[in-house]
Amino acid sequence: MSVATYEYETKTLSPKAIRLRDMLVSYMKIVSRRLPDDVNKKLVELSKIEVDPLQELVYSTMKENQMLAEKLKRPSCQDTGVVQFFVKVGSNFPLLGELHDILTDAVVEVTKEAPLRHNAVQTFDEFNTGLNIGKGVPNIITEIDGNSDKLDMYVYLAGGGCSLPGIAKVLMPGEGYEGIVRFVMDQMTSYGINACPPLLVGIGVANSVEMAAMNSKLALMRRVDSVSPNANAAKMERLFEDGINYIGLGPQGLGGKKSVMGVNIVNTARHPSTIGVGLSVGCWSHRRGRIVLDGDLNYELPLNKGVEI
Amino acid sequence: MREFHLKTPIKDEDLADIRIGDIVYLDGIIVTCRDVAHRRVVEEKRKLPVNVKGKAILHAGPIVRQKDDGSYEMVAVGPTTSSRMEKFEEQFVKETGVKLIVGKGGMGPGTERACKNYKALHLVYPAGNAVYAATKVQRIIDAQWKDLGMPETLWVNQVKDFGPLIVSIDTNGDNLFEKNKVEFNRRKEEKIKEISKQVSFIK
Repeated sequence: MSVATYEYETKTLSPKAIRLRDMLVSYMKIVSRRLPDDVNKKLVELSKIEVDPLQELVYSTMKENQMLAEKLKRPSCQDTGVVQFFVKVGSNFPLLGELHDILTDAVVEVTKEAPLRHNAVQTFDEFNTGLNIGKGVPNIITEIDGNSDKLDMYVYLAGGGCSLPGIAKVLMPGEGYEGIVRFVMDQMTSYGINACPPLLVGIGVANSVEMAAMNSKLALMRRVDSVSPNANAAKMERLFEDGINYIGLGPQGLGGKKSVMGVNIVNTARHPSTIGVGLSVGCWSHRRGRIVLDGDLNYELPLNKGVEI
Repeated sequence: MREFHLKTPIKDEDLADIRIGDIVYLDGIIVTCRDVAHRRVVEEKRKLPVNVKGKAILHAGPIVRQKDDGSYEMVAVGPTTSSRMEKFEEQFVKETGVKLIVGKGGMGPGTERACKNYKALHLVYPAGNAVYAATKVQRIIDAQWKDLGMPETLWVNQVKDFGPLIVSIDTNGDNLFEKNKVEFNRRKEEKIKEISKQVSFIK
């Protein structure tokens, strides 16, 4: 039986593009082993609340693991996900045309260097490409943001475990926001329990299924302690946070006082006949990075204070 | 929460006193074994190319680095969602004689029956702590079914003090996660009622 292979020709990039690729490779290595500041802060807070021996053992293992990952310069979790990029870019960013190639090449490189796990399985042909790239992978979601020369990008390494609870559906308006409550809560006790709590829960509300799903993923890009600018959505975030915590999933679903690091809702307008709702979940090891660049590639890392690449 | 130290090969009597919620640390052999390997044994009727009788399997897909001399180094290893293997596990335990099934989250009635009838345990390692676990792997002594790619290869690991492993199903067939779920679902229904009253934004 012949084993299928995936052909990847290294891209010919401009010198400036190579510079950006290398910056991203070194940043993604950091993202794979160091949690963002907002997540670290929240985990410390939660570990002080979970004081029973079993919960304490789990939290102390987590703390030790993150220290070892930093010390040994290794990815802190073995499942480094299918790499996703959520990009906001001005039309005058000088590398806009090369961006897709830069990001793809950066994933190939960081997979070798970090090393990341090979997570791209070609569908239907059913083989692992061994490169962490494949058809449509990495996922690159781009939004053109006016005519500035800036790039504002999230990179997200989400493992399979916390991708598994993902779900989206279109409700009838008669089901109302009450329908969203059951939709979300049911998924917490069936799938959320295995998705490595304490979780970051992202909820999307929109007109249709793909918009709701995308909003729910974008909700995971927001900081764990952030609050929706819409008063009703903010109220619902608070109710969900209290409600899911009350279920008492605890770290690893073993039971405890808290279930979530936070609940974020991202909403867009809906059709009069529909309420699209999506749910995405991030595990405790929420490896989300953000890099903001100008046209000269001066950068900021808003989620990683003190980190340089 | 009591603490036990087990060493492979594991005998039935080594597991007799261990109950759900107890903590286990393992010395000996643990083999990574997940989706396709289970499918091959149970559905394709292929023989597992590694003898796991009296030993442990780990539902995991690790990051492994091949060194210049051709040997392998465990970089990061942690459990994956065990429930994906539920449909195969009862038959798998019967066929292979494995004693410890280590993974993440709970498993179901088939695994409960297997643990009871063939004297085995399902245990969870706190997931996401893959470097901590990798430092407990002394060496990788074999690799089989490499055609499945890095995550699904059967990596045979010699481990020392591998844990903490929290017992989720014991040899009585008792199930920690299923027990917890009853309470989780009760509380969930309570909260659904409470929250639903406060979100009537469509008026």
